[in-house]
Amino acid sequence: MNTGTKDHARRSETFNQDEARVNWHDETLWFVRAKRDKASHSIPEWEGLRGMASWIKDNVLSDLHRYLLQFEENAIQNGIQVHWAADAEEHNRIVHQILNEKGIDRIVKSKSMLTEECHLNEYLQGKGIEVVDTDLGERIVQLAKEPPSHIVLPCIHKKKEEIGKLFHEHLGTPEGMADPAFLTAAARAHLREKFVTRKAAITGVNFAVAETGEFVVCTNEGNADMGAHLADVHIVCMGIEKIVPLRRHLAVFLRLLARSATGQPITTYSSHFKKPRPGQTMHIVLVDNGRTTQLGRPDFRNSLKCIRCGACMNTCPVYRRSGGHSYHTAIAGPIGSILAPNLDMKKYADLPFASTLCGSCSNVCPVKINIHEQLYKWRQVIVQEGYSARAKTAAMKAMSFTLSNPSVYQFAGKAGRTVLKYVPFAVNNQLNLWYKHREMPEAPEQSFREWYAQNNKT
Amino acid sequence: MSSRTEILAKIKNNQPEFRPLPSEDLIFSGSGGDYTDRDNIQENTETFRTVLTNIGGAVIELHNLAEVGAYISAHYGEGQRIISTLAGLSSLCSPGWENDDPHDLENVALAVIGAHFGVAENAALWITEELMQQRVVPFICQQLAVVLHKNKILATMHHAYDQIGDAPYGFGAFIAGPSKTADIEQSLVLGAHGPKGMTVFLLTEEER
Repeated sequence: MNTGTKDHARRSETFNQDEARVNWHDETLWFVRAKRDKASHSIPEWEGLRGMASWIKDNVLSDLHRYLLQFEENAIQNGIQVHWAADAEEHNRIVHQILNEKGIDRIVKSKSMLTEECHLNEYLQGKGIEVVDTDLGERIVQLAKEPPSHIVLPCIHKKKEEIGKLFHEHLGTPEGMADPAFLTAAARAHLREKFVTRKAAITGVNFAVAETGEFVVCTNEGNADMGAHLADVHIVCMGIEKIVPLRRHLAVFLRLLARSATGQPITTYSSHFKKPRPGQTMHIVLVDNGRTTQLGRPDFRNSLKCIRCGACMNTCPVYRRSGGHSYHTAIAGPIGSILAPNLDMKKYADLPFASTLCGSCSNVCPVKINIHEQLYKWRQVIVQEGYSARAKTAAMKAMSFTLSNPSVYQFAGKAGRTVLKYVPFAVNNQLNLWYKHREMPEAPEQSFREWYAQNNKT
Repeated sequence: MSSRTEILAKIKNNQPEFRPLPSEDLIFSGSGGDYTDRDNIQENTETFRTVLTNIGGAVIELHNLAEVGAYISAHYGEGQRIISTLAGLSSLCSPGWENDDPHDLENVALAVIGAHFGVAENAALWITEELMQQRVVPFICQQLAVVLHKNKILATMHHAYDQIGDAPYGFGAFIAGPSKTADIEQSLVLGAHGPKGMTVFLLTEEER
């Protein structure tokens, strides 16, 4: 690939070296997918809900200008300060400025994929600010100096023994201790100390209601609430697509979100923040970072409906067997492979090809994004723009030439059969990418055309 | 040009042709909110109990608040800090905690609060700021207990938001069960950061 960085296929190869581990990863995610199925099947009107969610989001995207102004006006009226950031850099600068003005250099942060997308942690650390991720999975990958590999299950790629080792090094748990309950209790004690001593908390947003100016944050652990309700300053980082028009629309989305994500009927906490608590300051940073561009791409704008449940990852045969880190972007999996090329088509040219186009992602998506169709469309755009892998482009061109010239096609078929029959080692080797994980077929004696000509004579 | 102006201009230029919202009625019926058989209180209570138990919580049916007080006294000993926002349980707690710095609630063993209503389909309880006194209360305590009258359980989230309407809360939360995580190899552990357990006391006696 002409990206300069290792592409999805190369990274997957590394991931696939440990077959037992790949199988474990695959099965763990399939287990989550199965829980999602069970939860969705228990709701007879599930398909109706998906339809409504998609419809509401259609309206949001078509009237986003008005909704954002309405949300801003209501939020300000509620006593929240609203900021606008065109890109990741501006977002990071605004967050830093808020902290700097208050003289705060140690903060807690609950899960926000937007801040991962903007690389906020690295930025703040560069400015001398300590950021502690408080979601257990995120804390684990933070201690391991890795990015999350899944948007809902950040350390799904890690074995409990590895986590035990990390905790032994950083939190002083006994060596060799790998019991999940014990490790969770250790993290609880470690993070409680952070919650009660940090003056500022950053959270993300799951849904923001234009009608009321409130926003909803969903967690199971309660870490967003522990951070926000104990901090003097609450900074809220939000992508502009998180809007829902009316408060009552939350019913539709909250019914879908956790069931799609983990198979739970709802997350433990669905917290509706409308006003800062007395004495607290609350800031919302509204972030574009490519979203307005995606809004202008008719084939891809539906990706902005995403509510970040992760169902498309759990069901994806490629994600499950290649791992989140192979996608080299903040949001992995099928949806991430649609979002990333919008930000940088060249850098992420490989991602739309990391799919079998089986369509399972589209079938589980709670807001009915046509994920696999968009992946297919991105491939076309990427090839047209000249960003596809050289080997793939050359092969495609050769195939296109062959298939559009009957005599060349006949010759190529004959040559192929001859090679497979007499010199199979010419194709059964590692230089032939098609041969990887596949046996080449036995060559038939003749082509259909030859057979037809012969049998028509008699 | 400020980023705000720039972003809004780009949106105006790039957003697709207007698509109207589905009607309120359609959302409610199309998403299954109008099932009349779901108005059955008995059924809602049973569903609530099953779902809450499945997600790690517990339901205890008692007649009235006095019985709740007796139950708690029997299960919590000296030296365990209990706080409650319910006037009927004030004898269980040391007074004045409402004005504490929220950080000082870190050692609360049990918080007992009320809820506006429960939701059968997911065992979530709708609790707003005034029922918490301090926002951090239901999150920072080691154990959370919620007292609710049995006839205040609604069928679905659609019914829930119908009930909430345009209520002017500053903060409100649906809380369903104890704090939990499965981040380590998908093993479910109760008590991630918040309460390790959640008990819902369902009162059966008519309120006087």
